[in-house]
Amino acid sequence: MKTDLKTNLKAIIARAYVRIWAANREPSWWLTETLLPILSTAAYVYVYKALKAPEEYVGFVILGGTMSAYWIMVLWSMAAQFYWEKEMGNLDLYMIAPISRMSILLGMASGGVFLATTRAFFIFLVGSLIFKVDFSIISFPKLFAVFILTLVGLYGLGMLFSSLFMLYGREAWHGVTLLQEPVHLLSGFFFPVKNLGFAIAMGASLIPLTLGLDAMRQLSFKSGVQYGFINVNLEIIILVILCIFFLVISKYAWDFMERMGKKEGRLTLRWQ
Amino acid sequence: MNYAVETFDLNRTFKLKKEKKGKDKNEDSKVIALENMNLKIHQGELFGLLGPNGAGKTTLIKILSTLLLPTSGTALVDGIDAVKYPEQVRKRINMVTGGEHCGYGILNVQETLWMFSQLYGIPNKKAKMRIEELLKILDMEKFAKTRIGKLSTGMRQKLNVMRGFVCDPKIIFLDEPTLGLDVQISRDVRKYIKTWLAENTERTVLLTTHYMAEADELCDRLAIIDQGKVLVCESPQNLKKSLTKDAIFHIEINLTLNGMEKFAQIPGVKKFAYEHKSHIGRTLLKFILEDESVISNVTESISDNGSKIAYLSKAEPSLEDVFVALVGRGLEDENRS
Repeated sequence: MKTDLKTNLKAIIARAYVRIWAANREPSWWLTETLLPILSTAAYVYVYKALKAPEEYVGFVILGGTMSAYWIMVLWSMAAQFYWEKEMGNLDLYMIAPISRMSILLGMASGGVFLATTRAFFIFLVGSLIFKVDFSIISFPKLFAVFILTLVGLYGLGMLFSSLFMLYGREAWHGVTLLQEPVHLLSGFFFPVKNLGFAIAMGASLIPLTLGLDAMRQLSFKSGVQYGFINVNLEIIILVILCIFFLVISKYAWDFMERMGKKEGRLTLRWQ
Repeated sequence: MNYAVETFDLNRTFKLKKEKKGKDKNEDSKVIALENMNLKIHQGELFGLLGPNGAGKTTLIKILSTLLLPTSGTALVDGIDAVKYPEQVRKRINMVTGGEHCGYGILNVQETLWMFSQLYGIPNKKAKMRIEELLKILDMEKFAKTRIGKLSTGMRQKLNVMRGFVCDPKIIFLDEPTLGLDVQISRDVRKYIKTWLAENTERTVLLTTHYMAEADELCDRLAIIDQGKVLVCESPQNLKKSLTKDAIFHIEINLTLNGMEKFAQIPGVKKFAYEHKSHIGRTLLKFILEDESVISNVTESISDNGSKIAYLSKAEPSLEDVFVALVGRGLEDENRS
């Protein structure tokens, strides 16, 4: 048991090493992960400025831009990564190793957090400075809890998607491509989600980002509460439930997909 | 007797979706990859699997390495059921597949080996020592800090082989490990496999290969399989001995693309295979005859076909001849098709 835990910890570190250490060998990474994302976020800020929207909206955009770094990371550097692992032949090697598949995912995720946090940090810092965003934190502990819960929920979702990629490869790719933009809309990355109406906003709350962002908006700005969808405490409770749900279901999904892949012979099938 | 691998009536079928026009669109069809396969591989043995493409070699290795479930039957690896206890099996095995790459282009050779060693929980110090040892043995020391994206195909395959051995598994599955490698690199790899096996009697290698000479040189015993069935399982020496009563002739004629089928019909020809050597403008015919007297009928038939004999020799039985005798065609024919 102790040996197994140690082996899994080593696997997590080894997989994270690829992302954290090796990624820094390509300096172009800094440009694509720091300066370029600020441009798309800035575009939304200028739209709001042109429309003379309330000042808080600029802050909402910066917050949304910051969190979008994690969403993109979960979709493309975590879930879709399994498509590439399969194509490169690494998936077979991970599957025959005496480790939990979750260790590989956690390794990817922790490496990914480093990259996404760098991206998010630059968007947040540069965006806040350039556009002079006036943050007024209502509760640091709650904000921190919401941030962590949102990340955990997102990673649970990423693990769920990765099981689809493991089995379906390119077919899953199309599905996730379809998800990327609608989630930008439904999660209210750049506007308060309550504007979608209660029913749609409630449905969109299945995505941890929706409630996470809404709670962060309420906790980060003086007038944030008036733009809020539901009470922050309730949002925290729902986020906890979502985290547990996604983490548990992703474990089952992995076991199911792995067994199905082995049964159908699709686990190691390339070019699908 | 301790067995590293045992299979009992192992079956594996694959469902294929046939694209058909009309009402029966997407009708399923089945391909039998393994049929009642029974194998016993002794601990400490270098066991070979020889067979044409689609014979079931890779399917068997995938089942044994817990990547695929059998349709029915049992597969034991080091006495452990690979279906019921895959986690236990994984602690004892590793696998190397020819023509595949491992790792990430951004990591160097040393880092890649370290990364894979960590999946097996090897302590850092031990892993470092093992990696240095492997780099030295396989003459890769000067590439230790080279990013794997910059390695040649041969060097990548060497890395792949090192990756398989870095965790020092009890049983290793080598699926055509020298595929596409040049003579020298193949020799290095074969030499290492033999050395590794000789170091510890508990180690076992299951090797699949297309190269008869490789199987002959390396394997203690080998099984020739075709269409998912074991045709024979013996030592290479005994397999070759089984053909000593037959007369084996190799005949080179000018490149002849047509009329090959009729050579197999000549009375007294037990088995026949051929190989086109376009680069030298010749076709090599391989005959296994009931007795030497049949050769006159063969040469007559070749002349009747309009071909000219460039070279004729009576050959000692080789594994290739055994393969032809059992499968009914040469391995090269399969590779060509």
